Amino acid sequence: MASEPEVPANHDENRRTFLKQSSLLTALAFVPGTVVEAAAGKLDERVAEAFEQVPLSLKVNGVRHKLKVEPRTTLLDLLRENLNLTGTKKGCDYGQCGACTVHVDGQRVNSCLSFAVMHDGKEITTIEGLADGDKLHPMQEAFVKHDGFQCGYCTPGQIMSAVACVREGHAGSEGEIREYMSGNICRCGAYTNIVAAIQEVKDGGKKV
Amino acid sequence: MNQFQYVRPTKQQAAIEAVAKDANATFIAGGTNLVDLMKRGVMTPQKLVDINRLPLAKIERENNGLRIGALALNSAVADDKLVREKQPLLALALNAGASAQLRNMATVGGNMLQRTRCPYFYDTTMPCNKREPGTGCGALEGINRMHAIFGFSDKCIAVHPSDMSVALVALDATVLVSGPKGDRRISFADFHRLPGDTPHRDTNLEPGELITAVDVPDAPFTKHVSYYKVRERASYAFALVSAAAALELDGNTIKAARLAMGGVAHKPWRLTAAEQALVGKPATEATFRQAAEVAMQGAKAFKHNAYKLKLAPNTLIQALKTATTA
Repeated sequence: MASEPEVPANHDENRRTFLKQSSLLTALAFVPGTVVEAAAGKLDERVAEAFEQVPLSLKVNGVRHKLKVEPRTTLLDLLRENLNLTGTKKGCDYGQCGACTVHVDGQRVNSCLSFAVMHDGKEITTIEGLADGDKLHPMQEAFVKHDGFQCGYCTPGQIMSAVACVREGHAGSEGEIREYMSGNICRCGAYTNIVAAIQEVKDGGKKV
Repeated sequence: MNQFQYVRPTKQQAAIEAVAKDANATFIAGGTNLVDLMKRGVMTPQKLVDINRLPLAKIERENNGLRIGALALNSAVADDKLVREKQPLLALALNAGASAQLRNMATVGGNMLQRTRCPYFYDTTMPCNKREPGTGCGALEGINRMHAIFGFSDKCIAVHPSDMSVALVALDATVLVSGPKGDRRISFADFHRLPGDTPHRDTNLEPGELITAVDVPDAPFTKHVSYYKVRERASYAFALVSAAAALELDGNTIKAARLAMGGVAHKPWRLTAAEQALVGKPATEATFRQAAEVAMQGAKAFKHNAYKLKLAPNTLIQALKTATTA
């Protein structure tokens, strides 16, 4: 385990940067001793950079971002922590609950189970990118109308998954909707109303 | 999660070399299992070689069969017109696995390489010969309700979790691999290993070998097929037991049959003796019961999974009934 990094008395960096540096040093415990030694005395930003940062270009909700991220940053953490798009939720963080569902190039995926760098050059849509200005997406309207939630924590993932479910053509019956929405868990048990909302959007014929 | 180096080669040979020359490097495709394992510290690769930019996602006709690229997504294969027409059993098995989101990420190559979901493998505070050879098997005397009834050893009683692989072993598929020593083909039945004394090795892939495609030969199993999966909720759960059944019927007589089970062994479990017990017989429940009896020969349960000794034959019979009327 590396020693605590020296923090200059006049540092103006926020706590998060400090924590990131600490975790970097923890991570450096896994790399050769010489490198750790070089970094441990006074944190060398260039060493940190070499280990930490990979360039990444993403379009998120229509906006192009040129970023540098640690390879181990998941797409979910990138959205929430780096881009402040906190609509996408972290539920289980292991691909078991669906709260983190976003669209990558139009396909729904669990953003917690992939590294952001793997999506270089791709287009991401999150719940924040679904509405048209103040006008809600038909699926958002249907969830409100049918009370498709209680606590709301799973709702962004449910809605992103529901939109994809209709677009894929997997909303043909209640049974099919339930099967193709099974990757989104709702602990409040709003399933009946979620299915009703999806059926209404599918039958309403509006473009989703 | 541990730090790692990330590279994204665009040439297959470069990807193979990157993994072959570094024992701590591994390929990443969909990542749905690997990222999960890395978050839990079960796998700690120092280098990830992202193969997603390699041109290996095609599904095409090849030599009287289908050639499915290793990077074809599970959802793309399940929805593919050729697959649904020529190999409907494969589409059924794929759609029985995971969730719509995960199937949009998981690849064909990755699906067959996924690791067991044995809780002792996942829990780094527990002994596990698969995770850390020599530490013992926690499941042997532990909570083993999800575990194997065939082909296990005293080193490991874990089961393989893939649904897709159960269909592929039944369909006589072949895995195409490319490695530092060149290309080779591995029959699907020989791809996964039984645990024996080396449960840390799931497959017969050599270091640096990359799966490039799977060949599924044409067969007369385009109508009477079933993938019957029994699990603890209606969807999105691993199998307790699953059964793949494919029949060629002449009237009510079985001309040819393919059978395999999932959730019962360290590899997808092909049932050739039971298949032979079906051929030439009428497609009736009595025939299916006899075949299931043959299939269960040699099965042995542990403290918590004795229910599988009844569930497995019943699942098999149900799969055969469903296939007959499909």
